Amino acid sequence: MHEAFVSLRAEAIRKWEERQQSTIPRILVGSATCGCATGALDVITAIEQKLQETGIKAHIQQVGCIGMCYAEVLVDIIKPGRPRISYKNMTPETVAELLEDYLLNDNPRPDLALAVIGEGEVEGIPNLADEPVFKSQQRIVLKNCGHIDPESIEDYMAQDGYMGLVKALQMQPQEIVDIVTKSELRGRGGAGFPAGRKWNSCLRAAGDQKYVICNADEGDPGAFMDRSVQEGDPHALIEGMTIAGYAIGASKGYIYVRAEYPLAVVRLKKAIEQAKEKNLLGENILGSGFSFDLEIFQGAGAFVCGESTALVMSIEGKRGMPRPLPRPRTTEAGLWNKPTLLNNVKTFAYVPQIIHKGADWFTSTGTEGCRGTAVFALTGKIKRSGLIEVPMGIELGKIIHEIGGGVLNDRKFKAVQTGGPSGGCLPESKLNLPVDFDTLVEAGSMMGSGGMVVLDETTCMVDVARYFLQFTLEESCGQCVPCRLGTLQMLEILNEICAGKGREGDIELLVELGKSIIASSICGLGKSAPNPVLSTINYFRDEYEAHIKDRACPALVCKDLIKYSIDVEKCSGCGLCRKNCPTEAITGGKKEPHVIDQVKCTKCGICYDVCPDRFRAVACFTGKEKAAV
Amino acid sequence: MATVKVNINGMDVQAEEGMTIYEVAQSLGIYIPTLCYHPDLSTFGGCRVCMVEANGEEVTACRAPIKDGMVIKTDTENVSQMRLINVELILTNHDQDCQSCARNNNCKLQEVSAFVGVTPERMQRLRRVITNEVKDISNPIFQRDFAKCIVCGICVRTCEEINGIAAIDFGFRGYKTTISTLGDKPILESKCESCGECVERCPTGALVVKGQVIPEREVKTVCAYCGVGCGLILGVRGSRVVSVRGDRENPVNNGHLCIKGRYGFDFLNHPERLKTPLVRKGGVLTEASWEEALSLVAAKIKEYRDNFGPDALAALASARCTNEDNYLLQKLFRSLGTNNIDHCARL
Ligand SMILES: Cc1cc2nc3c(=O)[nH]c(=O)nc-3n(C[C@H](O)[C@H](O)[C@H](O)COP(=O)(O)O)c2cc1C
Ligand code: SF4
Ligand code: SF4
Ligand code: SF4
Ligand code: SF4
Ligand code: FES
Repeated sequence: MHEAFVSLRAEAIRKWEERQQSTIPRILVGSATCGCATGALDVITAIEQKLQETGIKAHIQQVGCIGMCYAEVLVDIIKPGRPRISYKNMTPETVAELLEDYLLNDNPRPDLALAVIGEGEVEGIPNLADEPVFKSQQRIVLKNCGHIDPESIEDYMAQDGYMGLVKALQMQPQEIVDIVTKSELRGRGGAGFPAGRKWNSCLRAAGDQKYVICNADEGDPGAFMDRSVQEGDPHALIEGMTIAGYAIGASKGYIYVRAEYPLAVVRLKKAIEQAKEKNLLGENILGSGFSFDLEIFQGAGAFVCGESTALVMSIEGKRGMPRPLPRPRTTEAGLWNKPTLLNNVKTFAYVPQIIHKGADWFTSTGTEGCRGTAVFALTGKIKRSGLIEVPMGIELGKIIHEIGGGVLNDRKFKAVQTGGPSGGCLPESKLNLPVDFDTLVEAGSMMGSGGMVVLDETTCMVDVARYFLQFTLEESCGQCVPCRLGTLQMLEILNEICAGKGREGDIELLVELGKSIIASSICGLGKSAPNPVLSTINYFRDEYEAHIKDRACPALVCKDLIKYSIDVEKCSGCGLCRKNCPTEAITGGKKEPHVIDQVKCTKCGICYDVCPDRFRAVACFTGKEKAAV
Repeated sequence: MATVKVNINGMDVQAEEGMTIYEVAQSLGIYIPTLCYHPDLSTFGGCRVCMVEANGEEVTACRAPIKDGMVIKTDTENVSQMRLINVELILTNHDQDCQSCARNNNCKLQEVSAFVGVTPERMQRLRRVITNEVKDISNPIFQRDFAKCIVCGICVRTCEEINGIAAIDFGFRGYKTTISTLGDKPILESKCESCGECVERCPTGALVVKGQVIPEREVKTVCAYCGVGCGLILGVRGSRVVSVRGDRENPVNNGHLCIKGRYGFDFLNHPERLKTPLVRKGGVLTEASWEEALSLVAAKIKEYRDNFGPDALAALASARCTNEDNYLLQKLFRSLGTNNIDHCARL
């Protein structure tokens, strides 16, 4: 191995070990964008204050996101000689209390703890590895997130960081491409295109100048796995791209990050500088003769610019519009018409480990055809929302019930939406499906970039379809008719259905339009935009029919189809609803039954929520019942 | 170029490699509906009404090149359905009042709608959604009516590829996508030179000449503005010139014109337009016959040359004459013995 690297690595490991053996307590605070949004910075200030007040010596360190959003702000404490304990839902107040109890009085406060991370036992606190939320997870691409300091290249190197690159630099480009091919790695940007095939095509493409581009646009609403990698483990991406550059013969790479990810940009910039300082990036990397430069390009936040050809145009300074077929392959004529390798953040981030540990190591996880892991942003009506990494092929239901802990408030599960605005909704009967690229597509949804939204019985499926369609409709580049006007037409129809103005034949019309839009649109945006509508019609047709035929919204969501009413028999005249109604639509004297003025009522449902359980006098009606009350 | 064999609608034909499916079909007289295609311009592929089936896959005929052995079908059920739906979608977003539209009877959208078989029964199922009702009347010559624009981008490509100005481009996103100028200003405040090339090519009533009058007959002529000599086709009603279009068959301009040649014809119908030569008689300009005027000029030239020598003469030619006229003028003056010849367009 390269001499200079050996000593860099030894130094990094020494520092890491030294820190593990630290004689003062270490406090790790999850402060990626998600942590910051829940108040991580205030928690850090509170910790600093408490330390100063009490005179306790401790080392505070910011780490990336470990993926357990439901438990943010997460604070981990490692006392010398004690295991690492992770504390959940910290606030400036609880953290101060905790520091006092644990650091001063050696009470580990099991009531505040989430779990023990790593080895060791603490009475009353379970180990994270045995917890349902973690048991079925397998961390490859997220392995460093939440564990290392993303702003320290040495932390990364102490976790075998840059070993893949060093190994790659000693191989022939074709050998590297062959390993990627053999690993059966498929692109994580949504379509699951075999990475090896792309790399090979780019290696073979003639051209003295080639480019590597990382697609970090991540425009799907609710998706944040690429952000987490960039914020929590930026060097993995840089190392992966550098290996790619060497493999295909490119000297320049671009990371196309959306401008809404300022922290990712800061961390990437820092990481690039550090890698250059250590000669792991830039001119003549580790004396190998190979030079590779990385530039960050901030996108203006157009979802369609995540499409590869639009992304390339956007870097070229043009309006981001996907190029219609037939067009040259990006691997042959991409950026500035030069051979270009474009992959997703996670695709690149897997590469260093694949090169370091070998293709067989990677294929040992996942299923035939879909190797490795899948990362999902699990959200919606679920108990434990967050970022999860699971082996490909895991049962869909296991993700929801075991890892996610089931539906929030123990309501009834209705559907799970995967793949964001390009995906679809799958019902309970599909929860036994294995999660991989192909099975989800067959079932009418898709993996997409990894959004997974759980919906319960209080969700109206027509309304959900409408929500996603609204997104694609506004994000379409507008160049082709089916996408620009077809999605608009479908939305108009859905709007009318939700407003109780649906017509006989609308369901068939939606299906007809949807199929035609899929078949005749230029790019993946239009070709997938109807999916949320088609899949909900497929699995929840009765809900559409109820809206159209009975003017009823079974989930009691569509405002034009529901009506709140107070049962005079049950109302005790407590006046809570009257006091809380924001539009003063409720009247009634003390101890007298109250009445809702339907003209003033905006159907916000507050009265329904505040009416005490012992009365339950407010009811919501739809369809025939609504007409009757 | 090599020839390749393709089969189109059951017919085996030979065609030049590199041709698109549309071009092959057209050469065989097979009609394929198009809206965003224009023979003068690069292809765009946005309207999706030229779909055909090629080797079992649906492709846009305007962009897809033919390949040897390709089997092309222009009339499958899928293709017809897609074309129809895409045209219907355009019409849901179109202010369709053909009767009072300047493009009536000369409208690509009408032609294509009729071909794909738009019917009131099917249209009734759809919702009408006009997304842009702006009318830009800032330009004194033509107007832009966005409620009729189908966002085919022909104007954008025309301005960039034909005129080299790029005054307009796509603006905004999604269903709000429209044709815009820098800063979305009215066209008059943009770089637009009012050449009218885009107006000429717009397939709908979105770009039309203000106060357009349809001629009863047309007359082929040459533009009298400058020495280039672009071919014009004048539209005439009675004895009035009411329109001008470029003569696409004229090799000088292939149908292109500048703002003056295309729109500067008002003077033709002006009451004060000179129709005969004027000769100054007793200090007053008086109408004269050509015979009289030319005789006077000839006499004066002779008189000056006899009295003061040929270099007392000079000829100043006009840029509004043709090249040929200018050539003859200098020839005449050289034969009179002088080289004092100049031209107002000399730089
Ligand atoms: C509308 C649209 C948006 C997309 N957005 C993204 C994105 O945000 N990130 C991404 O990696 N790929 C996105 N893709 C997929 C890319 O076009 C491309 O397939 C992918 O980046 C290739 O990388 P991979 O092979 O590593 O998956 C998008 C595709 C479409 C059609
Ligand atoms: S499908 Fe939509 S986003 Fe894609 S090219 Fe067409 S209009 Fe643009
Ligand atoms: S543009 Fe064509 S279809 Fe539209 S109103 Fe005018 S003539 Fe009719
Ligand atoms: S009139 Fe000429 S210059 Fe103006 S927008 Fe049209 S093509 Fe461009
Ligand atoms: S103005 Fe005319 S040419 Fe330009 S995009 Fe609209 S319809 Fe097409
Ligand atoms: S004419 Fe081919 S896509 Fe418009």
